[in-house]
Amino acid sequence: MTQSYTNYILHLADNALILGQRNAEWCGHGPVLEQDIAITNISLDLIGQARSLYQYAAELKGNGATEDSLAFLRTEREFKNCLLAEQPNGDWAQTILRQFFVSTFQFYLYQSLLTHSDSTLAAIAEKSLKEVRYHLRWGSEWVIRLGDGTEESARRMNKAVSELWCYTGEFFVPADYETAAGSDPAGLKDAFYSKVREVFTQASLAVPENVFMHTGGKNGMHTEHLGFILSDLQYMQRAYPGCEW
Amino acid sequence: MNRTAENNALWSYLEEVVDPEIPVLSIVDMGIVRDIQQTGQALTVTITPTYTGCPAMDVIAAAIRMELMAKGFSPVIIKNSISPAWTTDWMTEHGKQKLKAYGIAPPNPKQQVCSDELFAPHEAVQCPHCNSWHTSRISEFGSTACKALYKCAACKEPFDYFKCH
Ligand SMILES: [Zn+2]
Repeated sequence: MTQSYTNYILHLADNALILGQRNAEWCGHGPVLEQDIAITNISLDLIGQARSLYQYAAELKGNGATEDSLAFLRTEREFKNCLLAEQPNGDWAQTILRQFFVSTFQFYLYQSLLTHSDSTLAAIAEKSLKEVRYHLRWGSEWVIRLGDGTEESARRMNKAVSELWCYTGEFFVPADYETAAGSDPAGLKDAFYSKVREVFTQASLAVPENVFMHTGGKNGMHTEHLGFILSDLQYMQRAYPGCEW
Repeated sequence: MNRTAENNALWSYLEEVVDPEIPVLSIVDMGIVRDIQQTGQALTVTITPTYTGCPAMDVIAAAIRMELMAKGFSPVIIKNSISPAWTTDWMTEHGKQKLKAYGIAPPNPKQQVCSDELFAPHEAVQCPHCNSWHTSRISEFGSTACKALYKCAACKEPFDYFKCH
């Protein structure tokens, strides 16, 4: 397998790991106990998906790479996650909306990967899709509950839309490694926005028009947030190389 | 699953290995063990995770190796398989009964529920303590990835439901 294909697998893994790490920041801080457990369960699923993908990428890469070396010892510019995944938690509305956008994208992406010619990738997609279905349903319900809830919850959800909408476009601008891997994210654009429109309508949220879309994450050009995430995530392996427990 | 009269003994050894998070259930009851291949004294056991993030998988793999090596097999190779994806329909009937006796409501058959519909009515789950159907869901997510939280209006006890997946 080529370097480019390994990069594609790493891109999928990084999306899952970085969002999983972000969600894990809620552990012990959720608005109510049940939702604290929900967001950290979703975090665990995402980190599980990331592990499957990193293990596969390590196998493709060889040279002693492991799932741990890929997660803990790459630098910021080597991470290929979309900018949306690394955006701060903000308030509950912002976390929910970020999860809803990512889950919606993953839902259509993993569906398209079920028939990918690489059977290992197709198997990871099949397994992950079962979990993403829960995440998407949970996220959609929360977007509706908050958008169509009280004046305060609607205000917060609208603010989250204005903060995060500009990061949704990156999903559909293919990086070279995606095209080379036979993935066509641009082809998922209509399905994504029509699902978003459907949920936003139920949530009484306006769909923004003509927003400039930020890109770069897929090619390692990140917002200022990723470095801080990695300094938390990678601290142990950086401070105590090779440590295990 | 390839349990046959010839390899039945191997499968029954694995009935001694439990899921560390639900210690009343063996990994065979859970449907985690998918295949056992024997060549001489060498064994290859294929297992599948319940959820991708299941933290018990490494412990389970080590426990299988110890159990089978103690029975004299070597080497014992563990293979991970994720397709077809694990489903609660693979849990044995025997396993479901043990789960209920332990105080966890066993999963409903998959085709009956698992809908993508938003704000769908919660599935009816029978209380494992008093058998009442007068129960309600507190949260879709529970103490582990595989469980949801319910409470019973009849006996007032909270309980875990092993949700269908
Ligand atoms: Zn009861």
